Amino acid sequence: MPLGGPDITDSSADKDAPAIELENITKSFGPVRANDGITMRVERGSVHAIIGENGAGKSTLMNILYGIYHPDSGEIRINGTACALQSPADAHHAGIGMVHQHFTLVEPFTVLDNILLGFENGAVLARPRRLAARKLEAIERDYGLSVPLDAVVSELPVGMRQRVEILKALYRNAEILILDEPTGVLTPLEVEQLFQIIERLKGQGKTILFISHKLGEVMRIADRISVMRGGKLVADREPDATNASELAELMIGQKLAAAVDRKSLSVGQTLMALEGISIPPAEHRSGLHDISLEVRSGEIIGIAGVTGNGQTELLEIIGGLRVPASGTLSLGAEVCAAPDIVPGAVDLRKKGVGFVAEDRLRMGAIGAMTATENVILGYHGRPPFSRHGCLQPRAMRNACARIMADNDVRPQAPNLPLDNFSGGNQQKLVFGRETDHGPRLFILGEPTRGVDIGAVQRIHNTLISMRNAGGAVLVVSSDLDELLAICDRILVMFEGRIVGEMLAGDTDIAAIGLMMAGQNPDDPGEEARNDG
Amino acid sequence: MADLYLDILILLDSALRLATPLVLAALAGLYAERSGIVDIGLEGKMLGAAFAAAAAAAVTGSAWMGLLTGVGASIALALLHGWVSIHQRGNQIVSGAAINIIVAGLAPTLANHWFHLNGQTPLLSGDARFQALIWPGVDAIGNLPVIGPLYAEVISGHNVVTYIAILSVPIAAWVLYRTRFGLRLRAAGENPEAVDTAGISVYGLRYRAMIINGVLCGLAGTALSTGLGAAFVRDMSAGRGFLALAAMIFGRWKPVPTLFACLLFGFVDALQGRLQGVELPLIGEIPFQFTIMLPYIFTVIILAGFVGRIAAPRASGIPYSKEG
Repeated sequence: MPLGGPDITDSSADKDAPAIELENITKSFGPVRANDGITMRVERGSVHAIIGENGAGKSTLMNILYGIYHPDSGEIRINGTACALQSPADAHHAGIGMVHQHFTLVEPFTVLDNILLGFENGAVLARPRRLAARKLEAIERDYGLSVPLDAVVSELPVGMRQRVEILKALYRNAEILILDEPTGVLTPLEVEQLFQIIERLKGQGKTILFISHKLGEVMRIADRISVMRGGKLVADREPDATNASELAELMIGQKLAAAVDRKSLSVGQTLMALEGISIPPAEHRSGLHDISLEVRSGEIIGIAGVTGNGQTELLEIIGGLRVPASGTLSLGAEVCAAPDIVPGAVDLRKKGVGFVAEDRLRMGAIGAMTATENVILGYHGRPPFSRHGCLQPRAMRNACARIMADNDVRPQAPNLPLDNFSGGNQQKLVFGRETDHGPRLFILGEPTRGVDIGAVQRIHNTLISMRNAGGAVLVVSSDLDELLAICDRILVMFEGRIVGEMLAGDTDIAAIGLMMAGQNPDDPGEEARNDG
Repeated sequence: MADLYLDILILLDSALRLATPLVLAALAGLYAERSGIVDIGLEGKMLGAAFAAAAAAAVTGSAWMGLLTGVGASIALALLHGWVSIHQRGNQIVSGAAINIIVAGLAPTLANHWFHLNGQTPLLSGDARFQALIWPGVDAIGNLPVIGPLYAEVISGHNVVTYIAILSVPIAAWVLYRTRFGLRLRAAGENPEAVDTAGISVYGLRYRAMIINGVLCGLAGTALSTGLGAAFVRDMSAGRGFLALAAMIFGRWKPVPTLFACLLFGFVDALQGRLQGVELPLIGEIPFQFTIMLPYIFTVIILAGFVGRIAAPRASGIPYSKEG
């Protein structure tokens, strides 16, 4: 492996030194070695990707580089000079900027004030604001970042907020930019724009550290790829010399489970139908406008869309959490929700509908309750979990043990509060709870958000098997790769309407991406007319 | 007609006087909440400062010594709340309530121990109280029609704390929106992570906010016992700390709207004073027990009906820790 050896030539900054050299970085949290002897070099003016599963130690390493954590041992050299990065301020001085996965922007502030925060250059703001605006306009011109400086951040779309973060780092004279999972929240169109920005930054000699778990993107954008697993750096590759499946195996340390084949089926009877469902829009929410769709046995339907375009409301209607202002939701022949029929989440479960909410900790599970208690939620009122009004601990324990084994939940600790599990394992528990009752119709929001590649494959396989057995699945996801991999049909939502429908085999990310942005893929220049 | 005008002016004059502690306390709450600390202990700090100021003024005979002591006591209480909320990451409601309860009991107890006046402090007079400042030229301008009485009755003739209170409002607006400190303070109340990653101490900002909070509450309490009143009396803050909190919310955590909310509350308070013992047409005389309720009923109606969607600082009330 071409890892940078002990390369102690000159301690002063020299032109040819790599931008970053990490030497034997180790960091433990209690008994856990989050980073274990990491040695790595990042060439100046390159895009260096670091990939790995959740908990592989990527974030810890980046936080060390950004001065938030301090390594137990090891050395960091920036441009050939050894640096002790004690705080983010030290990192700024060393020319390191970071764009966090969860933006650190103050939403009610303007773009300008956000960038100024911490770097004001004066106790009174009038003059600093003027000077900063001038400097920022120059930076925006240089890098083609068009961000309105006087706009309030809360009113900007996610992609624009990310550009504010990049602009902030550049304003602080960052030469090295850490991008932590930068594409997770972006639409395909915004991803394209981000990649253009990254290319331009690279062209100007900036060094980019690109943290991701999306292999396709990494293969496209990176000059070099480092793979982390279990706190160690396990491989270093050039994109030309590897491929996505090798990287995936390096990440999880074993071969991926084979994907289940989808049987060719002719779709069967309609299990669920929505007709003309509407909800009035609210602040920052698009509402729903005349949504009609059918879910039939033997198919997986995907709902794509930029977050906030009505998917959440749709899930709330289907999950029995909200009454539509107009329209009806029927299961089989029975109308279950309408303006005058209040649905019930428990009733839906009795009718064989499984439901995995988008936001598992807010709607799908209770963090302070144990795993055992969580795996019966929604089914707690019926046998075998409840008899004569009393909970049946043995049945609950059995169910929890079964679900934990089937879904490879770690740790297998039934009495641990849900909060103490990682996000991926929480999701496995919630997913397992719903599949354990063999739903005929399965509704899922963001089923694999925060879940490791290995587990993603298992969840996808479960869904496809369910479909093969004649069940029906509806998946809302912001991950288009996921939708294309498992769905038969994909519907695109924009501003509360369904603006497109296609067979998964006949489309690609680019076409869906345009629709998600409200454009008609057939003439991309023009806004689609959405008259219902 | 002239009589009515004079009546209204006198009403406005007392509204301004009564609004003084409200304005100061509401601004105190505003600084705290803008930095991310919920403060329901305004009441207690005000009461503590009222006691300390009255006691010190009684002993030294100087209103200014009273002010200094009142502010000092209030800062100490504010820092206690700050320490619980910031370093100990305690529940800020409980901490604020505890301050209210401790002071409500401690102040009369100490007063009784020191002065043996049934939990009061000695009556202040002369230099031990803040006296009305008569503005120059009142005699000359006061005789002019319309403006004259306005100048003489409303603008002139308040004690120094009232003028400080009024001045504090534009200063607060300037500090919050035009200075580096204000920018960072507001950021700490909205998204402390952003402050932290910019390399600024969230704790430092919040402690500084609490010191300002202490100073303002101290002024408010001092105004109660050495300006509006002439001694410390048990429970003399009478819920004004909570009225101030309501005014701050009604003013949407912004200084100038908060000032107007306080003036409105002060006006209603002045009005209820005027209504006591007055024969109203049709209704007759309203028992004072009812008129005295007016400001509080008014507060409930305002908060329940007119505030609408509340835009509180997002991180307010949430202790900050780096591990998130």
